[in-house]
Amino acid sequence: MSAKSETEVTHGWGSKKLPQPDTAGAFRAKHAGGLAEGGCRFAMPVHLLGFLLVAPALAIVVLLFVVPLISSITGAFEVGGTVSLGNFTKAFELYSGDMLFTLAIVLLSSALIGLFSIMIGGYLTLGSNPRAVAILRWIYRWPLFIPFIVVGQILRTFLAKNGLMNNIFIELGLMTPLSAMSFLDWRGIVIAFVWKQTPFVALLLSGAMASIDRSTIEAARNLGANRLRILIEIVLPQVRTTLLVGLILSFVTMMSVLSVPLMINAQSPTMITANMAFRINAYRDYGVANALGLISLLMTSAVAWVYLRQTMREHSR
Amino acid sequence: MNAYLEWKWIPRGIALGILAFVIFGPLVNLLLWTVAERWYFPHVLPLKYGFSFWANVFSPRGNAMSSLGTSVFIAVLTVILSLGLAIPAGYALARLRLPFRGLILLALLIPQAFPNLPVYVNIARIFYQYGLNGTILGVVLVHVTHGLVYAVWIATAAFSAVDRELEEAARSMGASALRGFRDVTLPIAAPGLLASAIFVFLESLDEFTGTYFVGAPDVTTLPLLLYTAGSGGNYQIASITALILLVPSITFMFVVERFLRSDVLSKVGH
Repeated sequence: MSAKSETEVTHGWGSKKLPQPDTAGAFRAKHAGGLAEGGCRFAMPVHLLGFLLVAPALAIVVLLFVVPLISSITGAFEVGGTVSLGNFTKAFELYSGDMLFTLAIVLLSSALIGLFSIMIGGYLTLGSNPRAVAILRWIYRWPLFIPFIVVGQILRTFLAKNGLMNNIFIELGLMTPLSAMSFLDWRGIVIAFVWKQTPFVALLLSGAMASIDRSTIEAARNLGANRLRILIEIVLPQVRTTLLVGLILSFVTMMSVLSVPLMINAQSPTMITANMAFRINAYRDYGVANALGLISLLMTSAVAWVYLRQTMREHSR
Repeated sequence: MNAYLEWKWIPRGIALGILAFVIFGPLVNLLLWTVAERWYFPHVLPLKYGFSFWANVFSPRGNAMSSLGTSVFIAVLTVILSLGLAIPAGYALARLRLPFRGLILLALLIPQAFPNLPVYVNIARIFYQYGLNGTILGVVLVHVTHGLVYAVWIATAAFSAVDRELEEAARSMGASALRGFRDVTLPIAAPGLLASAIFVFLESLDEFTGTYFVGAPDVTTLPLLLYTAGSGGNYQIASITALILLVPSITFMFVVERFLRSDVLSKVGH
């Protein structure tokens, strides 16, 4: 019985097998032109039904994301109604430093996020002491759903020259009041990104680590491998894709966040997201803003390309 | 052996202590700011505590309450619209043999795969032509586009995790496909769908960039209020607003695992 319904699902349309009752019904329904009526809803070709179910969601993404995305690309090449590279010349003149700054910050943050989430996920999976694992599991996730705008506000007051962090260090004698300095520059942005994004990647990663086959870990442990070696040689290769996906999603998120650079460090050098907002709010200069947008698109496309190649390879298997 | 185990708590304690300071230090700092009446250098802790700023924020004339109302209204609409789109799409992606399934999943990922900022800038321009700029509907549409990826991906994972044999058992007992979906698949997938609803709700509640370009200054949500208060140097108001945004986020963090079991989580993106 279950085998039959399986074939119905698989070969609902364009089947090379003998027509089954359902397929024939689908054929009739298609030619009668009655697609959405209740009477023949199960007879509809499965592919078509699937497309009808997915279409509204796809339409929203196309109309409200892809179309504006394309207009941001075309807008980047438009100066006063004609096609030109003027926006890019201006963008590079004014903001080439900020472009490198953005790339450096996001790459450094991604590297730190990857490192910390491997450490957290690894300990959650291989940690020998249940109580320590439970404490870690309870602590590390707090920033998971805290919005960036709140992270910006929290860290702006915490990391300031006279903020709570420096005050505590001075009180503990770790620092003199004279050597206290503000972290509200590139370091503040990196700290904000790592603070907020590490739990996300670590959660994905520990989930993937928990679902891998324990027997390989046990086998390696029996052979006397230490935990670091098990983590690097056995666990990590099996969760590589998840780590990559998490890091790429974080990369793109960081390239889109406006609130953190605006709140922590809006003076130059800053991230190009802040520059884009500035071009629009101060000058209504959509051309240069779009040029900067295209540059940030190119940066993420390079990263997304890695992901696409990875998933294509997996799907072709 | 026992002494050895005790000794290992020293590095563990130090590591966990540092982590706790890193995570909770900033949060305690926020709490202090919400009740600090006077706090300036070089005092480690506030000089005077009190709730006068709370009274300010929650007074009928204060704009926090109306911002909160706007935020929640927008978030609820966003959830309804997103799930209405995501449940059929997720079911189709999980259960029906769609050609180009991988491509469709990737297409839905587009809003996450490209930086949102240039898109929001241009959506604001397009919306302006249709009179959607500065309206609740405009903001909701932006939030739906952003939340849809999570909604569809989590819904797909939730439906994939439902045991196919249960559906087939229902079908073999004569239930129609729709009935099987309503009575078997949907209830089993419900915790995952609820998680995605809460997730979309929070994403909408916390969204800043899109609202900043499409909604401001006519639609003021809590994040916009927080930003304005913070850039005006009014850290108490900003911190109280931040705390209001923080509470649902942290609550969700603690209950999320009850909704999103690891078998669903491991199917996200597959």
